[in-house]
Amino acid sequence: MKLDVIFRVTAKILIPFALVFALYVQFHGDFGPGGGFQAGVVAAAMIIFYAIIFGLEAAQKVFPPRLVELMVPAGIAIFAGVGVISMLLGENYLNYSPFAANPALGQEYGIILVEIGVLVTVSGTMVAIFYSFAGRGR
Amino acid sequence: MIAANLPALQVVLPLLGATLCAFLRRGTWAWGIALVVSLAMPFVAAALLIQVLDGGVISYAMGGWKPPIGIEYRIDVVNAFLLLLVSLIGAVIMPYAKRSVEKEIAPEHQPWFYAIYLLCLCGLLGIVISGDAFNVFVFMEVSSLATYALIAMGRDRRALLAAYQYLIMGTIGATFYVIGVGLLYSMTGTLNLADMANRLEGIENSRAVLAALAFLTVGISLKLALFPLHVWLPNAYTYAPSMATAFLAATATKVAVYLLLRYFFTVFGASIIFTRLPVSEIFLILSLAAMFGASIVAVFQDNVKRMLAYSSVAQIGYITLGIAIANKTGLTGGIVHLFNHALIKGALFMAIGAVFYRIGSVKLDDLAGLGKRMPITMGAFVLAGLSIIGVPGTVGFVSKWYLALGAFEEGWWWLVFLLVASSLISVVYIGRIVEVAWFRPVSAAAKRAEEPPLSMLLPTLLLVAATVYFGFDTSLTAGIAERAAELLLAGIR
Repeated sequence: MKLDVIFRVTAKILIPFALVFALYVQFHGDFGPGGGFQAGVVAAAMIIFYAIIFGLEAAQKVFPPRLVELMVPAGIAIFAGVGVISMLLGENYLNYSPFAANPALGQEYGIILVEIGVLVTVSGTMVAIFYSFAGRGR
Repeated sequence: MIAANLPALQVVLPLLGATLCAFLRRGTWAWGIALVVSLAMPFVAAALLIQVLDGGVISYAMGGWKPPIGIEYRIDVVNAFLLLLVSLIGAVIMPYAKRSVEKEIAPEHQPWFYAIYLLCLCGLLGIVISGDAFNVFVFMEVSSLATYALIAMGRDRRALLAAYQYLIMGTIGATFYVIGVGLLYSMTGTLNLADMANRLEGIENSRAVLAALAFLTVGISLKLALFPLHVWLPNAYTYAPSMATAFLAATATKVAVYLLLRYFFTVFGASIIFTRLPVSEIFLILSLAAMFGASIVAVFQDNVKRMLAYSSVAQIGYITLGIAIANKTGLTGGIVHLFNHALIKGALFMAIGAVFYRIGSVKLDDLAGLGKRMPITMGAFVLAGLSIIGVPGTVGFVSKWYLALGAFEEGWWWLVFLLVASSLISVVYIGRIVEVAWFRPVSAAAKRAEEPPLSMLLPTLLLVAATVYFGFDTSLTAGIAERAAELLLAGIR
């Protein structure tokens, strides 16, 4: 792939915009179509795309396998941790109302926080699966 | 604050523990976290059981969304009993796990092993505690996926095939379950089990509801390995790591039986299941086929783990026999056998895991003369084996006694003979192991064997002691099982 200029230039143009789009999907998720899962898939697809065009080593320099492996449990820990905070604030598990003075606003903050957890785990898992397949036989 | 959130903690603590384990790279540290979580679980479950025995049903609204709209965790005597069972087994097995896992799992995989084990525990507890049909499905998938991974981590290459076989069968089971739930949802418009039970009134005879019942029964029966849907079980138990086999044999099928009880008695109600449909007859025939067929197959096995796995299929037959008898005494027998069999099989698989730790094999021939080299371990094995047979003074006798009484109450006196006859078959396969371990010259594999380390021996002995203790003092097990049976037969209506 190294010599294929068209692929490399297209990838360099496409990837930053797609990553920004992933963030849009992420933060639009609380009142529109989108959310952590879709954003995670878009972001992970861009890392995989980068790996396909520029090689696995280049991708692993940006996203080391150890980081990816940590992202998988980290997202779940964020999601579950938000629930623990609700308990510490005296409400039922995963009740986001006490996160702000206005319960409706609190719910919105809560959703944004857990969606970040979803983003981290989904993108981490996708890239981890890709790394383990791409790394076979090396 | 903690008291009010106990139902959530029962599921959240193992989940958080699993994520922490996955962050770590050292097996010992991950084991430490798994140990702390596993030891905390029985206290949470016991606190819930005490609350339920005193004050009736606990209802916990996840996220503050009130049932039936939100996900409800609903705890009555039946599932509080199961929660205690699953978390007790987890707590007893964890000290045992350290040495066994060090021996059988590669160092770099150990933290993942403990993370997956905790996820499995989280899923099993979640199935039991949740009062929402779809939430149960999610937890069923959490525990099943974790189980496939646990089995695949076995050292034998055939473990991978066993896990794949279970993956296919388990996925079919889960799909059937979710189809059943979907049909019920389309008929009732609710996913909350208690609410569903109320709304089913008057439409029990519609074709969609009956189809839902059929899908749910087959799907859950796959999970609980009811004969003839048990084919995944022997391979899975044989090739999984010793600790995983002991844990799964003691808990996973029991949780599926609980789910079946919940749907049969709470959601559909005993009247539709047992008077209008031939469910009792079907379960009677399948249970008897399991009790005899699987026991006879167990006699001819040369791998002790596989022998015990077939014995598990047979023992599940006794539990479902309790459902088929369907009067209070019979159902008490089934539920108490749920508890008792978990203790017995946990003890047996832990003893055989200790043997594997020392001699690296579970072939019957390699066990020759082991009774002289590892007298305490093999003694514990035989004591637990006596429980499987149902010798008076062990827990096995208690459950069979209740089942026999229940059969008498129905006027099925012939069933009592069949119960005794099937117990005699288990005398044969347990007897084979006794004969090999004590009356044969010491095999090459067993020559240098000695007792396993105390961390493995003590938990095994604790479970064996429990099988004897609960054989004499039945007030806790049979007492609670009786209340659970009463509650189930009364139904929601």
